[in-house]
Amino acid sequence: MRVIALSAEDDFEGWRDAARALASARVPPSEIVWQMGEHPADLFGDEAVLEPATPAALRVPRAFLDLAQSVILHSDPQRFALLYTLLAGLIEAPKRIEDRADPLVRRLEEMAKQVRRDIHKMRAFVRFREIADDAGPRFVAWFEPEHHIVRANARFFMDRFANMRWSILTPELSIHWDGETLSEAPGASRADAPSGDAIEDVWKTYYASTFNPARLKTNAMLKEMPRRYWKNMPETALIGELVAGARQREIAMVQTARESLGGNIAGAWERLRDEAMGCTRCHLYKHAAQTVFGEGPVDARMMFVGEQPGDQEDLSGQPFVGPAGQMFDRAMADAGIDRAAVYVTNAVKHFKFEQRGKRRIHARPDAGEISACRWWYAQERLLLRPEMTVALGATAARQILGKTVTISAMRGRAIDLPEGGVGWVTIHPSFLLRLPDKARAEEEYALFVEDLKGAARAGK
Amino acid sequence: MAQLDLRAKLAILADAAKYDASCASSGTAKRKSAPGGKGLGSTEGMGICHAYAPDGRCISLLKILLTNSCVFDCHYCINRKSSNVRRARFTPEEIVDLTLNFYKRNYIEGLFLSSGIIATPDYTMEQIVRVARLLREEHDFRGYIHLKTIPDADPELVHQAGLYADRVSINVELPTVAGLTRLAPEKSAPRIEGAMRDVKSSIEDLRDAKKRFKSAPRFAPAGQSTQMIVGADAATDGDIIRRAAGLYGSFGLRRVYYSAFSPIPDASAVLPLQRPPLMREHRLYQSDWLMRFYEYQPGEVAQATDPATGMLPLDIDPKLAWALRFRERFPVDVNRASREALLRVPGLGVKAVDAILATRRWRRLRLADVARLTVSIAKVRPFLIAEDWRPVALAEKADLRSLVAPRREQLELFAA
Repeated sequence: MRVIALSAEDDFEGWRDAARALASARVPPSEIVWQMGEHPADLFGDEAVLEPATPAALRVPRAFLDLAQSVILHSDPQRFALLYTLLAGLIEAPKRIEDRADPLVRRLEEMAKQVRRDIHKMRAFVRFREIADDAGPRFVAWFEPEHHIVRANARFFMDRFANMRWSILTPELSIHWDGETLSEAPGASRADAPSGDAIEDVWKTYYASTFNPARLKTNAMLKEMPRRYWKNMPETALIGELVAGARQREIAMVQTARESLGGNIAGAWERLRDEAMGCTRCHLYKHAAQTVFGEGPVDARMMFVGEQPGDQEDLSGQPFVGPAGQMFDRAMADAGIDRAAVYVTNAVKHFKFEQRGKRRIHARPDAGEISACRWWYAQERLLLRPEMTVALGATAARQILGKTVTISAMRGRAIDLPEGGVGWVTIHPSFLLRLPDKARAEEEYALFVEDLKGAARAGK
Repeated sequence: MAQLDLRAKLAILADAAKYDASCASSGTAKRKSAPGGKGLGSTEGMGICHAYAPDGRCISLLKILLTNSCVFDCHYCINRKSSNVRRARFTPEEIVDLTLNFYKRNYIEGLFLSSGIIATPDYTMEQIVRVARLLREEHDFRGYIHLKTIPDADPELVHQAGLYADRVSINVELPTVAGLTRLAPEKSAPRIEGAMRDVKSSIEDLRDAKKRFKSAPRFAPAGQSTQMIVGADAATDGDIIRRAAGLYGSFGLRRVYYSAFSPIPDASAVLPLQRPPLMREHRLYQSDWLMRFYEYQPGEVAQATDPATGMLPLDIDPKLAWALRFRERFPVDVNRASREALLRVPGLGVKAVDAILATRRWRRLRLADVARLTVSIAKVRPFLIAEDWRPVALAEKADLRSLVAPRREQLELFAA
């Protein structure tokens, strides 16, 4: 058994020189004990007697040295032995370092990655506090790295803060920069670092203000800023209350906006309609003559949603003007609802049809088309905020409820809508036009009028 | 207006700036401060996120506005003229002090400065340039500076900004011209694009000059970027992907940022209050990555959208959606397939693909080898052939989507 004593946890040169000699002498990994300090602690170990290395005899790929330089900084006590095992393997098969799926290469690469991450996080999360001594201002940080990275990371801080006097204290090692030279000192404790800095309150103000409560993503935060770093970062003290208050703040924003809209709703609606005229959200615009947007007062309390424009609506650009629209007007009058006071629109705003000779025959919009058009329906609702939204037929019911429902199962009762207000489902008036049996048609018409009356009552 | 103290102003002007998604401090020239003199700061190729807010966003730069007063009335913007928010304004010196104080404590990589438009676009742009000049010339600040350029400002001022800044940006704001007309009536898409074109040519001119004369100044070495708001106009994901591809191509942008429209206090009537699912923004970023790092053409990414709605699926990522649509291209053989073909395999990242290629030169890979190189072999397996593995042909698996899609639905916590 050979015992190799390294001078420090990050003693890459010591490890390299020893490993070079041992590997040249073909000493198997199992016969080496790596440890820290001057004196071997392994009582059964022999003193390591090393032949001087013969460099020509040992060539290793550059990639291995890069990997080893990172891995040496890892906190895992096995790192020296693992690296040596790979080194010994590389003498037999130098290409093994390229076998990225090799379990040992993989493990060492993972370790190197953890070290690089720790180096990066130290650069990110060190927080200096300013103090003053005889020579002027001095910036001192307390940091607890996971691996032995402090010495390797010093250059970064020297390059960045070349003209500041600073110290980074860690449990294992402290480094000090006086503006010209870097010096090292033994590890320190948190109590050796300053306990605060007046600027921290300003920084916390920034941290709290740059956070957007409407988009809480705490897992994304935790992934990049794990809790173990929090204790040395002043701003993290705020996270609890920011997260706890976020939902309330978003609800309050939406609520305030619902209660007191700024701007001009009629103007907003007109511009929305203008934008809809150029809609290409689904392919239906290619064959229809124009977008048929909703119509009616923007302060209407009731909103009626039909299926889609028909042949006449497509040509005129107005909703509810064809035969079914006339049927709707009649039923509204019989239900005692002021037709001029309600807003009417369609679930799908382009005419979908099949050409048969000269006639354009209505074709039912599919789920994709309904969902593509939902954006416009949602915008109309947001501007109007109707108390009652009546879906005429299955397509409209799908649009207002977001799922396919059976009309017979849903009609005639108020349904709370997730975005506010209540919904009501009934038949589409074109259904009445298609019934051949006159008695049945009258019966259904009466039911339709009753539904409209019910909706008007429920919407009050 | 009563004199606000610094913290009160910071609270207002950081809050007002936070709707801009960009925070990158990467991709610029390497600089450092040398002992002697007063130089402060350094930049590396890779940016550093010095903290993360609970919204998951990286805090890398001090991102603030010079002022949140504005003569424009853009409806999506909390700082629009007709909004009732409290107004504040920093002096250039205050911003310089804040930046240096934060920087010296290692809180930030640098400054990201934007502003509402006060008086005229030129006046506003001059103020922004003045802050950058003070930092660079008076204080020899060598950290990162990102300046927002003001629409319609004199190109000469924008040029000066580029000489001090690492990155400049101007936001296209909305993916569609109709959306911009509706929501930002005073802004003009051709003028915004004109400004981006000017910046592009300045970057190219000075890059060429730098090759010939070592003393030539650098112009925005980290390039230019832009931002689009998602969910405030009628653009589908397909529209947005094509628009982003056009912007990358026409103006040589480094990044296009997407910002899911977010409810703002004191919203305007023109704007929807509901925000789109944050997942939509995430999927757009993923599609952006496919174009930038995975060699997908914009048209190909657009093929991942639903043909009827033009939207990317929310439950699965666009790469998987594309693979499910083009099942006949799979499985691919890890031991033979080209780099491009491997990059198309859902669950294989760029690093994993490069590791496979390196290993392959050495020996043939078995499934267990691939497993060591990827996060989830279960997700990758149906799309791969390895030395000891051949999946059932994809086209024959009707239930493939349920096998590879994530089990748990993304919960939309605050769906209003």
